[in-house]
Amino acid sequence: MSSFTGALQISKLIKIVPRSRNLEALLLFFGAGLNAFELAQIQLSILEKMTVDLFTYWLPPVIFVLVVHFILRKKASESDPLILPIAFVLNGLGIAMIYRLDLANLASGGTELFAFRQVMWTALAMAIAAAVIYFIPSQLFLRRYTYTAMFVGIVLLLLPMLPVIGTTINGATLWISLFGITFQPGELAKVALIIFFAGYLVNHKDSLAVVGRKIAGVRIPRGRDLGPILLIWLASIGVLVLQRDLGTSILYFGVFLVMIYVATGRAFYAGIGVAMLVTGGLVASRVLDYVSRRFDAWLNPFAEENYNAVGGSYQIVQGIFGMSNGSIFGSGLGGGVPQLVPLAESDFIIASLAEELGLIGFFAILALYFLLVARGLKIGFSHSDEFAKLLAVGFAFVIALQVFVVIGGVTRILPLTGLTTPLLAAGGSSLLANWVIIAMLLRLSDSTTDHASKLVIR
Amino acid sequence: MTKELKRVSLVVAAMFLSLFISASAIQALESETLAEDPRNVRNLYESYKTLRGPILVDGKAIATSVESDNAYRYLRVYEDQMYSAVTGYFSVFRGATGIEAALNSYLSGQSSSQFFEKFNAVLSGNPVSGAAVELTIDPLMQQAAWDALGDLQGSVIALDPVTGNILAMVSKSSFDANEIAGHDNQTVADNYARLEQDPNKPLINKTISGDLYHPGSVFKLVVAAAALESGLYTNDSTFQNPVSVQLPGSTAEVFNSTERPCGTGAATVSLIDAMSLSCNIPFVELGLALGQDRLRAQAELFGFGKELRVPMVVTPSTFPAQLDDAQLGLSSFGQYDVRATPLQMALVSAAIANGGVVMKPNLIESVISPNLSVIDAPRPGVLSQPITASTAENLKLMMVESVKNGVASNAELEGIEVAGKTGTAENGEGVRPTLWFTGFAPSVNPRVVIAVVIEDGGGRDGASSNAVAAPVARDFFRAVFGQ
Repeated sequence: MSSFTGALQISKLIKIVPRSRNLEALLLFFGAGLNAFELAQIQLSILEKMTVDLFTYWLPPVIFVLVVHFILRKKASESDPLILPIAFVLNGLGIAMIYRLDLANLASGGTELFAFRQVMWTALAMAIAAAVIYFIPSQLFLRRYTYTAMFVGIVLLLLPMLPVIGTTINGATLWISLFGITFQPGELAKVALIIFFAGYLVNHKDSLAVVGRKIAGVRIPRGRDLGPILLIWLASIGVLVLQRDLGTSILYFGVFLVMIYVATGRAFYAGIGVAMLVTGGLVASRVLDYVSRRFDAWLNPFAEENYNAVGGSYQIVQGIFGMSNGSIFGSGLGGGVPQLVPLAESDFIIASLAEELGLIGFFAILALYFLLVARGLKIGFSHSDEFAKLLAVGFAFVIALQVFVVIGGVTRILPLTGLTTPLLAAGGSSLLANWVIIAMLLRLSDSTTDHASKLVIR
Repeated sequence: MTKELKRVSLVVAAMFLSLFISASAIQALESETLAEDPRNVRNLYESYKTLRGPILVDGKAIATSVESDNAYRYLRVYEDQMYSAVTGYFSVFRGATGIEAALNSYLSGQSSSQFFEKFNAVLSGNPVSGAAVELTIDPLMQQAAWDALGDLQGSVIALDPVTGNILAMVSKSSFDANEIAGHDNQTVADNYARLEQDPNKPLINKTISGDLYHPGSVFKLVVAAAALESGLYTNDSTFQNPVSVQLPGSTAEVFNSTERPCGTGAATVSLIDAMSLSCNIPFVELGLALGQDRLRAQAELFGFGKELRVPMVVTPSTFPAQLDDAQLGLSSFGQYDVRATPLQMALVSAAIANGGVVMKPNLIESVISPNLSVIDAPRPGVLSQPITASTAENLKLMMVESVKNGVASNAELEGIEVAGKTGTAENGEGVRPTLWFTGFAPSVNPRVVIAVVIEDGGGRDGASSNAVAAPVARDFFRAVFGQ
């Protein structure tokens, strides 16, 4: 009897003082300091004095990340301690850079400002993340809604094509506009579709994995098992043609490929998927004018005709000039001229950061993303539930792929696409979607089986 | 699933690795090459933050930076509109031109020779200060050229034939560089648009750039140089003297500008008379006899077709390729597609004035760092030797004769012997001609070489180069030599 209560008390003790939550608190403390330092440096460099405005951009994210932190203590105390601080630091760095670009914009007489909106969206996104952690007790809850998620995902994807609310910006039909607020529902569709993919693949993985004839040592799936992959491919092509968005198209298809490969273990899917992606891309580059211009700008950005073309390589080239001027150590926050690059606060925020923080800062940012993705993949390795594994891989990979496609576009590994850098770039929908992903990863990591404390106590 | 997850992890690692590599390539390996791309304006932006060095003429600042209490920290101020063609402008919104652009790295303190000063400034927290640039311009000659040109559209360039130093550089119409150096975006944009659309092209330094001009008869100096250099001709060689000549392979006829035979109307005319009276027909005959290869080679020795920096980039003058005989005939008196900058024709005169040797034209006397050490001081250098000393002497005789007894008579000055050559270049039907004068003074031990170009026939119909361009040179020489 006494030993039973003793065990209960120890368990309670561990619940009360979870080591991982304390580590998280410590890291958040440093993160908040880092964000304050960035803002202060920007104000001192550009305004040459510090103003109370600093708190406008610093305090709301700090308050709301603490809300998330305390909800985690209550509802997911064993979740991964690194994920939240990394997301917080990246988000704060993004706000700092957007604020810095706003100041430059103000100095040259501009009026369109982004930083305050970004702070508001950050607060909202963090609040929603907290709600996700609070109200979704486990991934099993989500599995029940596999097909609902599919339906929601497709509706969200199609919303921008509706009349009245659908909005086309810079040639891409990705936005809806309601009450003066533009929103990119495709970002949230990403989350819904990954939930659907995970549910669908867990349900069908046996038939997808085992059935099929063997030809020359390779097991070819039955025609009807190829149905889903064809469907997703067609949907991606649809996004490419109808909504004119190369990035989203690559993103959905890439994530689906990785998830189907992990679920079934069949390299055949990955192989045929990559082949389909490349074929689709090449055909699109021939047939679709805007894709072919992107390809020209990618392969020969410095050629005068591409540099001067509308929708040409001006942006890429200016971004590269910015990065190269930043060199190894960077110009320091507020010391460069990142505002020369069009969309410096959204699509090209990584070029802005690389210019002012240098190659060293770029490496640090990339290392943060890498660590974030690694923590996500780690859940995939250590979770006992297959649905959770697939979800974690999907979420982790979608971050990795998005980072790769955006930054690869800026640094000329890939053609430039219209995706946003997760958590850094200005844009409410993207922030919202990524914080929901962060919340999901935190939720999933709480129920992995590799917690030493759980093994010992329970 | 673990095996697949491992592979996916490897793919993710490879994706991030490729990003690390591509960023390293841009930010570390190619950083220097990318910085040199003219489309990379970041060095210019960097220079807004420094206390830019002044541009000096004879120790007096013609462009300075003063502190301003807005985000741009320093305002560039220009003293006198007559220097605008030389200094160009330095603008937050429009970039830089002229000396401001060509010597930006010195003026903004970013050049490698100023590295330690920049380093010290960063350590001490003081603003980086740029170096001062002293020009070779002589303020009296600049003023003289400015005044001599008056309200005419065109340009005057004067240089020292012995050193190549540019002594005066005036381009009209002019503009006030302060209008573009301002800190109010809208005002600057309006001013720039107005100047840009002005048909007189005030923003262009017409002495070294722009659309170039047909040299017309001043190009005869080059043709005569080729003739003398060939060894087949002397100043006294004679040519047929008809009223007109039909261009070979064409129905077009060439007349002298008088539409009569040259000079007294004798059956033949000498080279020196053809030059001093600027007759076209003998030069058509001469050009056809010499052939286009000789003419082109001679022109290129004088600098045609070569890129030159003074240190602003000079548009190369052109002698066209693959001419047929009719085109060669027209080219022999500087028409068809022969085009030249005023500086280029001044260099032809400079070769004649300096015993056949052309010195590198140069605007920079010295570059002085804020701690008063001389960072750079270009020394006179030889650009080329297009002609021998005796050819130079013979050409000088022709030019002296032109002013004394020929069609450049209005350049004549009492007490000082001026050598010169006029040119009236046709620009086609219904367009007024370009009026030229190039020459030097005094004829013995020449001190100043000049090229004058007046656009649009001086703004009136029927004006000759002797009536409009030669007096500009005379007024200039008079002011310079204190007559």
